[in-house]
Amino acid sequence: MLKTIIIALLTYTTLAFMVNASPVETFKFKDDVTKVRFQTLTKELRCPKCQNQDLADSNAPIAADLRKQIYAQLKQGKSDQEIVNYMVERYGEFVLYRPRVSNLTYALWFGPAFVLLLGVLVVVMVLRSKTNKEDNTELSNEQQLKLNELLSKNNASSASTHKKQ
Amino acid sequence: MNKAIRFIPLILVIILGIVLYRGLSLNPQDMPSALVGKPMPNFSLATLLDENKTVTKADLKGDVILINVWATWCVYCKYEFPDLIDIAKKENISLYGVNSKDDRAMAKQWINNLGNPYIFSVFDEEGSLGLDMGVYGAPETFVVDHHGIIRKRFAGVINPSTWRQEFKPLLAQLKQERLAEQGK
Repeated sequence: MLKTIIIALLTYTTLAFMVNASPVETFKFKDDVTKVRFQTLTKELRCPKCQNQDLADSNAPIAADLRKQIYAQLKQGKSDQEIVNYMVERYGEFVLYRPRVSNLTYALWFGPAFVLLLGVLVVVMVLRSKTNKEDNTELSNEQQLKLNELLSKNNASSASTHKKQ
Repeated sequence: MNKAIRFIPLILVIILGIVLYRGLSLNPQDMPSALVGKPMPNFSLATLLDENKTVTKADLKGDVILINVWATWCVYCKYEFPDLIDIAKKENISLYGVNSKDDRAMAKQWINNLGNPYIFSVFDEEGSLGLDMGVYGAPETFVVDHHGIIRKRFAGVINPSTWRQEFKPLLAQLKQERLAEQGK
């Protein structure tokens, strides 16, 4: 019984959130391909006003305007690249969630891979120096002499105790 | 040598700390406009006060042109108005307005009540000029130089302090540029 109630509550809240999550607009598309292109574009482009939301998700007036603009341009038969360029010309590279590779964004694109590589390199170096130390089990001449000395002393003393018994 | 290596993580953490600390004082809303250094976009729209009069880019005249985007739905624009009136009077600039996505009657009412700082306001009902200028809110103010090139976009309220900080240095620089070009 309790289980059913919990499931019912969870379903209700999820549905409620789903309904409220995205702005409601009714765009009619001539085919499914255009619809998918519209959805992809509005997810790829960032709302200039509310900076952590994409155009599809944002309720800001500017996002609504830009959605309308994308819809209109899709209707005119513009290509995805043309639409993206249109946005970048007006709002800058900032609107792209996936920034283009340029001098400014090299660190952004290749920084993580570089840091990962650096990390791997450090780990390899640390491991190598450790194994080297373990391999080094040979005694130096000095240590060998001392060992011999100790051993012979020990032998001598044990021999003497044997005699007593 | 080995001792120095031990300090490398500490140094890295300190550098990271400095970078992140600096990030705290940056304003994420303060973005360079994509249009800085580009010509003012063309338009052909009616003016706010006379709907039969159409204006274009060619009607924006002056050595230094200020284009202020405003609307009655923008609360801060109301605070800005008295300072704009003051600046338009005192400074050597030509101030034009872009009334963005507004109700014509309400906007006219505003001008009647608060005074008119603008030489004229463009009535941009659809927000098409705003879109071409990369506007995403109001108030926003653009500085256009004597070649018709956008030199600055300022998003926020103009008051005596922001005017001094954000606009004064640029106006001085533009004056220098004009003098240098005349001297040639």
